[in-house]
Amino acid sequence: MTAINPTQPNRAKPAPDRTILLILFFVVTSALLLSSHNQAVLNGSLGGLLRNPIFEALVVSLFLANVLFAYLWRAAPWARALVGIGSLLLVLPMAGREDTSLLDLSIQIMIFSALALGLNIVVGLAGLLDLGYVAFFAVGAYTWGIFASPRLSSILKYYGENPGATNAATLAIGLFLLVVTAASMIYMRRMSDKTAPTRLSSWAFGLASFGLLAGIILTVRAIAVLGASNAAGLATGIDSNFFWLFLALSIMAAAIVGVLIGLPVLKLKGDYLAIITLGLGEVIRVLANNLDLYTAGSQGITPIKSAAVPWFNSLAGFLGFSEDQYYLLFLYVLVLVVVGVILLVNVRLDRSRIGRAWIAIRDDEVAAQAMGVPLVQTKLIAFATGASFAGVMGMIFAAKQTFISPESFNLFQSIGVLSMVILGGMGSFPGVILGATVVTLLNLRILPGLGEATANIPWIPQQVNPGQLQRLVFGVILVTIMLLRPEGLLPNKRRVLELHHDENQEDDSAEGNAGALGTGTGDVYSPGKAPTKENDRSGGAK
Amino acid sequence: MTASLSKRNPASSSNILEVENVTKIFGGLTAVNDVTMNIPDRSIISVIGPNGAGKTTFFNMITGIYTPTKGTIRLAGREMVGLRPDQVVEAGIARTFQNIRLFSTMSSEENIMVGRHVRLKSSFLDAVLHTKKFHESESEAREAARVMLDFVGLSKWRNELATNLPYGDQRKLEIARALATTPKLVLLDEPAAGMNPRETEDLKALIRRIRDDLGVTVCLIEHDMRLVMTLSEYITVLDYGSKISEGLPHQVRNDPRVMEAYLGRGAAAGEYGKEATPNA
Repeated sequence: MTAINPTQPNRAKPAPDRTILLILFFVVTSALLLSSHNQAVLNGSLGGLLRNPIFEALVVSLFLANVLFAYLWRAAPWARALVGIGSLLLVLPMAGREDTSLLDLSIQIMIFSALALGLNIVVGLAGLLDLGYVAFFAVGAYTWGIFASPRLSSILKYYGENPGATNAATLAIGLFLLVVTAASMIYMRRMSDKTAPTRLSSWAFGLASFGLLAGIILTVRAIAVLGASNAAGLATGIDSNFFWLFLALSIMAAAIVGVLIGLPVLKLKGDYLAIITLGLGEVIRVLANNLDLYTAGSQGITPIKSAAVPWFNSLAGFLGFSEDQYYLLFLYVLVLVVVGVILLVNVRLDRSRIGRAWIAIRDDEVAAQAMGVPLVQTKLIAFATGASFAGVMGMIFAAKQTFISPESFNLFQSIGVLSMVILGGMGSFPGVILGATVVTLLNLRILPGLGEATANIPWIPQQVNPGQLQRLVFGVILVTIMLLRPEGLLPNKRRVLELHHDENQEDDSAEGNAGALGTGTGDVYSPGKAPTKENDRSGGAK
Repeated sequence: MTASLSKRNPASSSNILEVENVTKIFGGLTAVNDVTMNIPDRSIISVIGPNGAGKTTFFNMITGIYTPTKGTIRLAGREMVGLRPDQVVEAGIARTFQNIRLFSTMSSEENIMVGRHVRLKSSFLDAVLHTKKFHESESEAREAARVMLDFVGLSKWRNELATNLPYGDQRKLEIARALATTPKLVLLDEPAAGMNPRETEDLKALIRRIRDDLGVTVCLIEHDMRLVMTLSEYITVLDYGSKISEGLPHQVRNDPRVMEAYLGRGAAAGEYGKEATPNA
């Protein structure tokens, strides 16, 4: 299992080396992007063209295509790394300094990429159709939103005024219950591996989980009541240094909710699972809407803090960013790192015992089980893993928006993420990132740009103005892409093998390393398939 | 070795699998009725019977897909009833399917690596962090896949998608995948179905090698009587869910109840003569 160098021509017809083309493309698009955000150039004679919203959207799209080409094209490794890292860490922040909406857009793209990567594990790898995925995003967002906003002091104030019978003893009882039930559940879990479950053991486990829930409620309530006196000190939420702790907590919270939602429903499959996850996703949203005390209901929570990183701020200041841009730049770098980590985790899981088990379940559940794959456990891991990615991104989303309300987490978000996964290519990591990028670009730049540019053209009647028909245009584009490429823009290696099985194939165990993956140049995809892809591709990306 | 094994009396040797008074009732239908059967260690035995006799239901109970309504199933003395299918695999019973159920988007090698799942110890975190344990378990899985592909003679198809293999090879791959779980007992559900005589001969040799080289007990459901009669050391016959006969191949072949089950009452009474018996 030696890694195959992607640039090595080991095929009858090797792809042409595109190093020069790649560098050239990078230079041209970077220059375009930078100049279209440069005040001096905008004031010049080209200003009219550069300010055109369609042209602007085109420039951004072309620029982002750099990363894609750095990943797809056969070129010298240094060139691919240069273009990948250069675009994401140098040119984009530089352009973003002049126009923060660009940073905002990039963060949005990467948040959706992470969501798509998470959903891809559930839908693409394990084959479980989940229509309530955005619920986990909401869990992450509210985990941070409640604690890092004035909401926390309102909650504490409420408990201070309504302590009920809660006192220090409640805390003791709650903690006692928590420890005892958790320990007994772990013990029972251990035993169940050795012996067959009986009716009694199932009841005991159910009772223990009930006790655990009671323990959690009592403990939280006691802490809230006992801590009520601190309400004044927490008027704007907890200290922003807790951001890092909550990054871990939001992952855990989303994963736990994933397991809780997954446990009762994962015996179902296919359409039934889709409907029930849809329902449970809505339950989370309705809960957020109705738990007024904690979530402020439909008013939403605001303002939500972001992390405070003094050294990063001074670095940003040194690089010429203005103070109000610090947090955006920080979040940009953060999501870049998080998406890189998520991608790495995805690739590693895909090529492991658990990844094979997921694909086995997708291909044939009965056979997978008969080969010793524990169905419920494996599906739960898929659910929890996908959920945790959404959770961490939900938290970053809350920090970026500084405002969250239940409306940010409705069914259309779930469907949107699902469409990114399907559009990009189910089960393909670069594919779903591309899908997320294309859909987000269309929604946030290209279609609004189109509407804006055509809004004031007199001979287009108001009724058929693309600005009014954005959703329709979006739908038509989706349908067209899916008709032309049903397997997705950058299909999964396995699907390609299935579709082109007669072609000469080879062992593809090339490992992308961590650094390269972070910048999107990792070689997850079979390098030899790239040439056929890119010809088709260039049409779909823009 | 084969000869000495086939000559020994199954009842007197240690049993790898003991099935006692197993009954399965679906609603009002008794699919399997009070079947008792012992499988001696390191033997090749067959379960035969006309279509709908309850053979596959019987297999499904042994592998944990169905829970018996009544009765016990013990593998090397350990109770199997109530275990999940994956726990049964871990305990040491593997199976193949009547209709081939390979993982279609995986290569042959990956299919077998899935079969290795229960024997690998690397966890979720090991995979994420690429620990030493992860690398060890991955290379163990690959090694197991290589060995099993060699064993069934499919090494050339290692990186080929499972669905692209010729039919007979798919059957073999399914057997290899089951063997990768290092079972004590492997259940083959109609392994020769759809095979031509040459492939069937290959299969026969393969099944013998599974027992002789790997020391795995083989239990098969099969309709190909030539294969059953020449390969099995012991045969159990089911009809309408009940065991109607068992014994050595020549005993079963000449059992009037078996002839009746296959050919009807008239044939069993000698109307069509001995040539019409279900043997070959």
